[in-house]
Amino acid sequence: MKNIDSYGHVSGSSVYVDDIPEITGTLHAVPIYSSVAHARILNIDITRAKNAEGVVDVFMAKDIPGENQIGGILPDEPLFAEDEVHFIGQPIAVIIAISHFAAREARNLVEIEYEELEVVIDPREAKKKGHLLFPPRTFANGDLKKGIEESEYLFSGSVESGGQEHLYIETQGSYAIPQENKKIKIICSTQGPTIVQKTAARVLGLQMHNIEVDVTRLGGAFGGKEDQATAWAVMAALAVYKLKKPVKLILDRDDDILITGKRHPYSSDFIIGLDKDLKIKSYEVTYYQNGGAAADLSPAIMERTLFHATNSYFIPNVKATAFSCRTNIVPFTAFRGFGAPQAMFVIESAIAHAARELGIDKSLIQERNLFKPGDSFHYGQVCNSGNAMKSWGTLQSQYNVEAEKQRVREFNLNNTFLKKGISIMPICFGISFTKTPMNQARALVHVYQDGSIGISSGAVEMGQGVNTKLIQVASAAFNIDYSRVKIESTNTTRVANTSPTAASTGADLNGKALQIACNEIVDRLKRKAAEILQADQEDIRIKNEEVFVGNKASGLYWDELVETAFLSRVKLSEVGHYTTPVIDFDKTIEKGHPFAYHVYGTAMTIVHLDCIKGTYAIDSVKIIHDSGSNVFKSIDRGQIEGGLVQGIGWMTLEELKYDNKGILLADSLSKYKVPDIYMAPLSIEISALETDGDELALLKSKAVGEPPFMYGIGAYFALQNAIEAFNPNYRPNYDAPLTPEKVLLGLYEVK
Amino acid sequence: MIEFILNKRKITTEMANGVSLLDFIRKECHLPGTKTGCREGDCGACTVMEGRLYNGVLKYKSIVSCLTPLINVHGKHIVTIEGLGMDELSPVQQSIISNGATQCGFCTPGVTVSLTSHLLAIDQKDPLQSIGGNICRCTGYKSIEKAAHEVDDLKNTIPRGNELKSIIEKGWLPKYFSTIQQRLSEIEPYQSSDDPNGLMIGGGTDLMVQQYKEIRQTNIVSTEGRLPDSIEIEGGKIIVGGGVTMQSFFNSQVIRSEIPQLEEVFPLIASEQIRNMGTLAGNIVNASPIGDLSILLLALDAELILENRSGISRQVKLCNFSLDYKLTDLKAGEIIKFIVFKTLKEGGQIGFEKVSKRTYLDIASVNSSISIVVENSTIAHFSYSVGGIAPVPKYMFKTKAFLSGKKLDIVTLKSALEIIQTEISPISDIRGSKEYKRLLVRQLFLQHFLTMFPKIITPGEIHMLMTNKQIPHEKH
Repeated sequence: MKNIDSYGHVSGSSVYVDDIPEITGTLHAVPIYSSVAHARILNIDITRAKNAEGVVDVFMAKDIPGENQIGGILPDEPLFAEDEVHFIGQPIAVIIAISHFAAREARNLVEIEYEELEVVIDPREAKKKGHLLFPPRTFANGDLKKGIEESEYLFSGSVESGGQEHLYIETQGSYAIPQENKKIKIICSTQGPTIVQKTAARVLGLQMHNIEVDVTRLGGAFGGKEDQATAWAVMAALAVYKLKKPVKLILDRDDDILITGKRHPYSSDFIIGLDKDLKIKSYEVTYYQNGGAAADLSPAIMERTLFHATNSYFIPNVKATAFSCRTNIVPFTAFRGFGAPQAMFVIESAIAHAARELGIDKSLIQERNLFKPGDSFHYGQVCNSGNAMKSWGTLQSQYNVEAEKQRVREFNLNNTFLKKGISIMPICFGISFTKTPMNQARALVHVYQDGSIGISSGAVEMGQGVNTKLIQVASAAFNIDYSRVKIESTNTTRVANTSPTAASTGADLNGKALQIACNEIVDRLKRKAAEILQADQEDIRIKNEEVFVGNKASGLYWDELVETAFLSRVKLSEVGHYTTPVIDFDKTIEKGHPFAYHVYGTAMTIVHLDCIKGTYAIDSVKIIHDSGSNVFKSIDRGQIEGGLVQGIGWMTLEELKYDNKGILLADSLSKYKVPDIYMAPLSIEISALETDGDELALLKSKAVGEPPFMYGIGAYFALQNAIEAFNPNYRPNYDAPLTPEKVLLGLYEVK
Repeated sequence: MIEFILNKRKITTEMANGVSLLDFIRKECHLPGTKTGCREGDCGACTVMEGRLYNGVLKYKSIVSCLTPLINVHGKHIVTIEGLGMDELSPVQQSIISNGATQCGFCTPGVTVSLTSHLLAIDQKDPLQSIGGNICRCTGYKSIEKAAHEVDDLKNTIPRGNELKSIIEKGWLPKYFSTIQQRLSEIEPYQSSDDPNGLMIGGGTDLMVQQYKEIRQTNIVSTEGRLPDSIEIEGGKIIVGGGVTMQSFFNSQVIRSEIPQLEEVFPLIASEQIRNMGTLAGNIVNASPIGDLSILLLALDAELILENRSGISRQVKLCNFSLDYKLTDLKAGEIIKFIVFKTLKEGGQIGFEKVSKRTYLDIASVNSSISIVVENSTIAHFSYSVGGIAPVPKYMFKTKAFLSGKKLDIVTLKSALEIIQTEISPISDIRGSKEYKRLLVRQLFLQHFLTMFPKIITPGEIHMLMTNKQIPHEKH
């Protein structure tokens, strides 16, 4: 089934926040933010701005009726800075005018005096100074000392991975509209309607029921609209609260790129120990997460880094420690993979380093250490799947990896200035919010008396196709045509207390809740049908919109059944409530069973490199992906390809450069480059590792949002492989992204 | 007064002529299908089609509406995604759906318009170029690529000659398109205010970026329609009008036959939409030290014919035109009327190399161009320009002087490399460190010779030079 929004998308009729017809009298808001990375605010003069043409008002911290606090996990982030600013882009005020342009123009008239303070942007330096956002954590298993003793070889090194701008093409935006009795409706481009609702209520000093948040769809998010959508929504709501007028706040791209959080850069150290048989016996790793100036989602992201420290490899003795370092940069936030890609890049670098030192193919180490059923993850959960090895093995046989490696070697022998490189990248990604209470969802189903159906859930559609999956689930549950099912907007008045659509869990959680609701109604309808047909309820089945008794068609059709049920006062609405079973995690010992299941897969990446110019292209990526039942084939393929290319972007081209004053240098699309159509691999082949799937996955089809991102890491190592083929003096340093600049310097590095 | 046709509707507006077409479409005309993505022409979400009469014949191309000032749409047909709507989906739209080439949908109207333009842009053979300027953050592009190839296959079924008519007849575009040529011909030319204080703009692809961010000038004077937009060849010279866009330059029969080597470098410069808008003259007066066209034209030893408001013209060599960072010899009121350069001599070669972080639609870290004639193994003519390593697009006078008349061999090139390094002065910035740029200059210089003279300069010799190994010839 294709994305149900396709028709609207290709005809330009799909509606995003900024497309909603404006109510007469709508005002426009633009944030005013710090231009320095760390300073005491000495004075803010808004007089000139307030008197500028078209300006209605300017609101600051002192105008907040409730609490000046938007921190989601930790209360460490004010909506508006009061005495100090801690990063460039930190909001100080919001300016409201009759047009967006007027507000933007008048913003230049706000005068802020600063006394500049010391700026720290490097996470290790922050750690040295004791600037941590929250206490560090360590996940450990086995006995590291023993593991080191058992290791024949020990290798250590450092690894850097850069941040990443989400670059959703639709920037952040909200439209807040006053309702009667001082209530406020916020139409928002957010992954977390409840976060927006709760935070707006907190800042405005209202009860949550006074705030209604409505989301139709997002023009891309990738984690960037999980917590980061909130501030702008709350500012718009504050202006509505004050002015009783509709207020729209849509960030311009140049603001969005500067003032919203991105993927965390990490700096890490590792010591890896292997025995003679290349079994990894010990792995000690320390992560310095650059958290930015406030916690945002960093605690959860850091936690996931620790969970994924060993990627797909069973290591008996592990000690993984992470520090979240407070720096003077915009708070870093969720981005597809949520800390796991950073962890996987470190372990893959450690293995690559070990292989290089040992003079062997990296795959030998990788293959020998893959998870087997019965192995324990270092956080206590027992691996119940053989899919790490199965996907690895299938890749080898289906795509003849050895022959490919041979072809690459031959190509390199025959070419002076063109070299190819190859790498294999296995992934293992845990599915569930690592904070157990978040693993719950609700879905509201109405069967209308004409047999059509309306569904509301907590899931937010951002292109990942969750609405399409929900429609598929409902039509399967009722056994009726897709066209009868409609997905409503995600709205906090219809479905409350939603978890954000994140952690790849949107379809699983909301889909399961939807199944529960649908099945309840199906049961009632079957009971009714049994009554009408005077049959046993056990024998009633609905097939293609017709009621069957056993295998016999009854002539009673869906719409008639529904109408009869309605007239007999059968309840045709239901709320399904789902909580993921099994999972739990004890933070006091850092052990438990945090994930419903894991998604596995293996990718082979082949690149070619122009050794004169240092430019490169990805020839092919071949993937064996653990899809489970693979019932959402078309949608999931799109997720895998999209995730892969985003991962390749992170590893090769997307470079967030800051100077030592904390100024983002890559502050526009002309400087921050994301993959274009030519950057995509020339060929992507994906084979589903069709397995039984997992009971905890929706229709046994495993979650797919984040895992494929990490296949992109393969591009890094394939490129290194190609550089090595040209330059025997090349000493790889594991410092992503591997831009054309680093490649060229590597190609001509001398001893 | 600006008049144009927006989809079906005739628009007459008194709005400031520097307002962007994007804002006009979305805010004034309430057509929200065209999306605001970046406002600097780098994402393609705001792509629309521009139809224009060329000698009375209607032709379409894709442009980015964010960088189009209203003044530049006078007398044209602007087609947004809404203007492509019919009762049934067009084959372009169907192809996007059937290939799963849309996820969040925010880039999709732009992609749809770009691919529709591909159907109509007869000179464009490569469907990827047509959508190279459209960024999609969701799909990873493979599905979009498949859709693009399907559209291209369709395009190849259109009989040659009056393609637009065929396309309308096939039902791939709404019927109203058949009335546009007539309706456009009825619009009178724009009455320019000729405000001496107005901001002079060509295609707008550079100034309009700044217009939104800081300039906000309400009155714009456009060079469009005021400057010749033809390319002529006369007495061994190629004369390019100041109004010529990059795309018409690249598509010109004159350029394609006189300098066929350029064909493969064109896609490296900007994107389809930007090439459709930006002019060569604009790229020169913009004075960016890294302007692709400036570098190419420098190596061609181009000359500029400048004209002032009184119609008095003067001639200046391009190599003397740039004075300092973003400072040129252009006097107030002057515009570039013509760009003139000689055709390549028999046996002459031209090369252009560019390395940027992303290969396509990116600003170069270093670009480099060489024009050379070798006779009897001797360098009879040599011009060389490099971008990104000096405050101005650099004409390499010293290197030129050194190489002219020398025997072309690897030893000569090695000596030239030393001169080159003294002639450049790169700084570290967002496009790369100075060490990187120095290395790139060397690499691209050698790449030129490897491409042009593979028989004289062997890969083995180049490899030795690049890896600092001793060159055998040097031993004696």
